[in-house]
Amino acid sequence: MTATLTRADVAPVASPKRRRRAPGWLAVLPLLVFVAIAFGLPAIAMLNGAFTVKDPATGATSYTTENLTNSLQGAYLTALLGSVKLSAVSAGLGALFGLPLAHVVVSSGSRALRETVLTASGVLANFGGVPLAFAFVATLGNAGVLTRHLGLSATGWDLYSFWGLVLVYLYFLIPLMVLTIAPALDGLRAQWREAAQNNGATAVQYWRHVALPVLLPSLLGGLVLLFGSAFAAYATAAAMVGSSVPLVTLQIADAISGNVLVGQENVALALSLDMVLVAGLVMAVYLPLQRRSARWLA
Amino acid sequence: MSVSLPRSAVLGGSLAVVAALALSACGAAPDNASTTADGKSAATATSAADFGGMDKLVAAAKKEGTLHAIALPRDWANYGALIDGFQKKYGIKIEVENPDGSSQDEINAVTSRKGQDRAPDVLDLGSSFAVSAAQQGLLAPYKVAAYDDIPEAQKDAQARWYNDYGGYVSIGCDAKRVKQCPTTFKDLLKPQYKGQVALNGNPTKSGSAFGGVYAAALAGGGSFDDIQPGLDFFAELKKNGNYTPVESTPATVEKGETPISIDWDYLNAGYAEEFKSKGVDWKVVVPADGKFSQYYSQAINKDAPHPAAARLWQEYLYSAEGQNLWLAGYARPALMPAMEKAGTLDKAAAAKLPEVAGTPVFPTEEQQSKAKTVLAQGWAKAVSG
Repeated sequence: MTATLTRADVAPVASPKRRRRAPGWLAVLPLLVFVAIAFGLPAIAMLNGAFTVKDPATGATSYTTENLTNSLQGAYLTALLGSVKLSAVSAGLGALFGLPLAHVVVSSGSRALRETVLTASGVLANFGGVPLAFAFVATLGNAGVLTRHLGLSATGWDLYSFWGLVLVYLYFLIPLMVLTIAPALDGLRAQWREAAQNNGATAVQYWRHVALPVLLPSLLGGLVLLFGSAFAAYATAAAMVGSSVPLVTLQIADAISGNVLVGQENVALALSLDMVLVAGLVMAVYLPLQRRSARWLA
Repeated sequence: MSVSLPRSAVLGGSLAVVAALALSACGAAPDNASTTADGKSAATATSAADFGGMDKLVAAAKKEGTLHAIALPRDWANYGALIDGFQKKYGIKIEVENPDGSSQDEINAVTSRKGQDRAPDVLDLGSSFAVSAAQQGLLAPYKVAAYDDIPEAQKDAQARWYNDYGGYVSIGCDAKRVKQCPTTFKDLLKPQYKGQVALNGNPTKSGSAFGGVYAAALAGGGSFDDIQPGLDFFAELKKNGNYTPVESTPATVEKGETPISIDWDYLNAGYAEEFKSKGVDWKVVVPADGKFSQYYSQAINKDAPHPAAARLWQEYLYSAEGQNLWLAGYARPALMPAMEKAGTLDKAAAAKLPEVAGTPVFPTEEQQSKAKTVLAQGWAKAVSG
C-alpha cells in the first residue's frame, strides 16, 4: 500500500521501447503464480463456500444465496455495521492526529527528529494484537494501574467499550498515518508556499487552495489504509472487549471455530465476502484520485 | 493487500491446498496392526468382546503404539493426569494436537484429514457437535464395558457418542475483593457488584458462557424452551454497570479484573485450589436459582488411524480409574451415580465438589439449537454499547 504513494508509481506509460516488454512479463511471472496460489485460490474457495450449503444428514451440497442473506441480517448485520463504524471513526481520528504530527516533523528540518519519529512510527504501527490489548488492560483496564491511581472508574471510564477500542486502535493507526503521509509531505515544494506568500496568500489560503488539494489523494490513501487496518483487526478486540462491541471479525471467529453454534462455516465465508466487498468499495473511492496526485508529487 | 482478504479465507484456502497435497502424498490410513489373527478388525469392532476381549484389544493398541487426540488441555478437568495415566499403564504415546481447540476445530480436523495418518483418533465434543457429527457419519459406534451404566439421557442409542464428564454453572468469587459473595443470579444484580461480574467467554462461542446464559434464564423465569430471560438478565446487568466484558481466565481472576466469574463448577473449583497458594480466596457456589448442567461427549473417529488405541482410550476413560481422575479434577464423570452404588467412587474427591441438590436435567437437542439461535441473534444487542 505504501508503495502506491511513492514516485515509483509514475513510471512512463507509453514507452517507445516496446520490444522490451516481453522479458519484463516473464520476470513478473513468479509473483503472478504466487498471487494466484496465495490469494486467488482462497478467494475462489471463499466465493464458492459463501454460496453453498451442506445438508448435515446426507452431506450433499447445493448452491444458494441463503448464507449471504443470513450474513446481512440481525446480529451479523449489526456486527458488519459496527466494524464499518469503528474503522471509519478510528481512521478519521488517526488521520486527524497523524497529519499535523507528520507535518511538524517534516517541516522542522531536523534530521534527528525526523528519523526518530519515523523509526518509532515504524515500530508502533506494527504493535498490535494481544500484546497491545494487554498493555492497555494493564494500564487502563478495570484493575489497571492508572485506573486505580486516578480513580477513573468513578468518572465512568470504561476501556472495554467502543471508545476504549478506538483509543487502543489509535495507538497503532496514528504512527501508520505518519509513515504513510510523510513522503507526500516531502513532495510539497517550498517554492509553492513562497509563491503563494508572494501573491499575498495567508497560511490558511495556502493550505486550503494549494497544499490540501495536492495532498488529498495521499490523505485518502492513508485513510483507506487505516480503515483497512482497523477493519481487519481481530486479536486486539478479541482479547480486550470480547463480544461487547459487535465486530464482524469476531463474528467470523465465532462461526468458524466455536463450541456453541453448529454448521455456520459457510455463513462465516459469506461474512468474509461482505468484508471483501466493503474493502473494495472503499478502495474504489481512492484509486481514481491516486493517479492525479502522482502527477503533482513526482 | 491485507485489506481485501480476511485471514479466515486465506487460511481456508491454504489449508485446502495443503490438504490436497497431503492427500495425494499419503494414501489410505494404515490398517496393518489393527486386525486379529481370525480376521476381526479394530476399526469395525463395536465392543471389546467383539474384538476378542480386552487382552486382544490391549495387544492391538500396543502394536499401534500411538493415539492422536485433539483439543485436550492438560489443565482442564484433570486431562493431564488422564493422559499420563494411560501412557504409563499401556505404554502408548498420546499426541495432543491443538490443546486449546474448540469442538468445531475437532470436526474440521476430522473432515479435512479424512483417511490420513494424522487425523485425530478420539474426540471430546460439546454435545451438539457430537450429535451433528454422528448425523454426518463421522463417528464409529463402540460400546465400552460400562456402556449400560451410563444414564439413558446421556448416550446415543447407537453408541456413537456418550457423555464423559460435566458440571454445573457456578459463581466463583474472590472473597478478598468482594465483601459478601453472591450465591444466586438474583444477587448478581445488586449494586454492590458494580463492574465485577464476568463470564468466561462469549456465549456465542464458548460452551460454558452459553451455559451461564441458560442458567440465568432458568433463574429468571425462563425454561429450556425460552432463553430470552437469560438475555434480559445480562442486558440488565450491563445496564446497571455490574457486567464486565472481560472474559475471565485464571490470569484475570488473579489480577482482580474479574472478581466474580460465572463458569463451570469444575473450572472454578480447580481455580480455588490453584489460587490458595497465591493468596486469593476463591469461593465457588452453584446458584440455587439457576441450576444448569452440561456434559461433554466422547467419540471415536470412524476413520481413526489408530482404531484399537482409540477404543482402548475409551475403555480407560470409562474405567473406575479414569472416571475417578476426572472427579479429582472436579468434573462430574458420567458414571458417578453407578460408581457410587458400586462403591468404586473416590469419596474424598466427590466431597470436594460444590454442593448441588437433585439430579441434573438436560435440554433436548432441539431446545438447545433453538436457544442458540435466539442467543446468536440477541446477545450482541443485550451487552453491546
